[in-house]
Amino acid sequence: MDMTLLVALPIILPLLFGAVSLTLLKNHKAQRWLAVIGTFSILLAACALMWHCQQHGIIVLEVGSWPAPFGIVLVADLLSAIMVLLAAITGVATALYSLKTVLTRFERFGYYPLLHLLLAGVNGAFLTGDIFNLYVWFEVLLVASFALLIQGGERAQMEGAIKYVTLNLLSSALFLTAIGLLYGLVGSLNMADIAQRLTQVEDQRMVTVVAMLFLIAFSIKAAAFPLFFWLPASYHTPQVAVSAIFAGLLTKVGVYALYRVFTLIFNSEVEFTHNILLWMAVLTMLTGVLGAAAQFEVRRILSFHIISQIGYMMLGLALYTPLALIGGVFYIMHHIIVKANLFLVAGLIYRLRGSFELKRLGGLYKDHPGLAVLFLIPALSLAGVPPLSGFFAKFILIKAGVEAHAWWAVGIALLVGLLTLYSMMKIWNEVFWKAVPSPAPAIPAPGGNGLLYCITGSLAAMTIAIGLFAEPIYQLAQQAATQLLNPQLYINAVLGAD
Amino acid sequence: MTSRFNMRSLILSTGATLLLPLLILFSLFLLLRGHNEPGGGFIGGLVAAAAISLKLFAEDYRAARTMLRVHPLQLVGVGLVLAAGASLPALFVGESFFTAQWWTLNLPILGSLKLSTPLIFDIGVYLGVVGSVLTVVFTLAEAEHS
Repeated sequence: MDMTLLVALPIILPLLFGAVSLTLLKNHKAQRWLAVIGTFSILLAACALMWHCQQHGIIVLEVGSWPAPFGIVLVADLLSAIMVLLAAITGVATALYSLKTVLTRFERFGYYPLLHLLLAGVNGAFLTGDIFNLYVWFEVLLVASFALLIQGGERAQMEGAIKYVTLNLLSSALFLTAIGLLYGLVGSLNMADIAQRLTQVEDQRMVTVVAMLFLIAFSIKAAAFPLFFWLPASYHTPQVAVSAIFAGLLTKVGVYALYRVFTLIFNSEVEFTHNILLWMAVLTMLTGVLGAAAQFEVRRILSFHIISQIGYMMLGLALYTPLALIGGVFYIMHHIIVKANLFLVAGLIYRLRGSFELKRLGGLYKDHPGLAVLFLIPALSLAGVPPLSGFFAKFILIKAGVEAHAWWAVGIALLVGLLTLYSMMKIWNEVFWKAVPSPAPAIPAPGGNGLLYCITGSLAAMTIAIGLFAEPIYQLAQQAATQLLNPQLYINAVLGAD
Repeated sequence: MTSRFNMRSLILSTGATLLLPLLILFSLFLLLRGHNEPGGGFIGGLVAAAAISLKLFAEDYRAARTMLRVHPLQLVGVGLVLAAGASLPALFVGESFFTAQWWTLNLPILGSLKLSTPLIFDIGVYLGVVGSVLTVVFTLAEAEHS
């Protein structure tokens, strides 16, 4: 069979499983099975894609046999393959976690079909080689996420959803405007073709304007400074499984889009565009971590930390050296697994104690030492404690910063690391260490926590594995960064070498 | 006040009975015509959804639901399966994903009939549109009904 099909599988599989799941709307048992089988099959496809990408380089699929640059192409370079694989891992974890935690009334409103649709949108965005198609996939994942976000219909959810929807629609409008202007400039929507034609545009100022529009649009979606406030307003409101997959994946689609566009297309005025990126990265790190310090609800603290972590990923792109990009890619790999896991652990805390509020929690270390360890691994990794994954991610980035003489960015990155550690210790002290506050809150004792422990345990094991086997992961990130720094490879793969 | 709006209109319900099959036929006509001329699954689906909404206005929520038999979201599901499935036949003849496939059926009297994966895709769109529009309409009607 044609190997290029591998590029389409991560998109078509969730669509098909989601559609079948929708036809069986009333059969909850079948829906659950479909969710598990579907996400596992995506994981298999993602592994195959990853392996194939590493062996044979960039894979291009011309959808419907329409040749590039006229038709839509799906392109898997290493960055895309890595992102798809991480999305698949998060998808499996979320689907399994949902089996035990999602309420039946949400299943009735199509929880599982929406989950499949979300994954299709995310994978589509990672794999498309067409800028307008990227917009379409963004909309697909946003539609699915809107619906998942408001399931339950509580007041806080609606309030969060309104901010989420408004800012994301604003971002989509800017994105669409930017695509229109870009199309006006070069007359193409194929990203490789755009990259090639942009060098011949006379008015480079116009190109920079379009680049800035893309920067604003994607940074809203990535929850970067200054338009990040939709994220902490909404991510703590839905069900735990939903906030875990949102935390792991959604903002990273924005980050991925920034990486793609600012390495492939807008790479001519690096001093200007990437300097702005650097400012945004630093301010994003700082505001995120300071915001977290002021919060006293587990999921809100974690939400603010997503923002500060996005700053690190942008820092890798902003420095734009080989080492910095390696650091950025490494950071994304580490972050998605750790962040999704922290939200899942938060869900377990809620399951055992019935609250996310720090002041109402306590004493969990005594009752559930296993959970305490499961929290500590991703938490310390997030803060960058060796030998966990976060240490290497931060270390590479900071080394890249030192080499690039971006001293103040390095200083702030280190400071943010410290403050992250403070924040994680705050959760540790309040939730696990301190005595149970009196009066003791009523403890619901739902069963089936074994599976949930298994899921968070596996993700924690991955975090440790990334730390212990940092060398092969580093090499993978290096290969991905090499491709990003040589956009000609991507262009040749899509359009054919001249 | 509300009773005035809920009152059945004889003219409307008689008209609806006559119009309903015509509208459904017209929607199918639009769906099939869409291949080479203006029309297609989307517009055809809208017309079919309008036809069923007409039933809802002429009679009531229950009658429209009974006529549809399945939950409209299930229609969306079937539509999506067809649309996504239309991408796959190309793989069996070794062509690129989503490449359109054409088959010609020779019928004894009517001549040759061309069938294709774009048609399957369009039928999927048709069902998807009917399902999603009716989901919205039924949800609103249900809210008023209860």
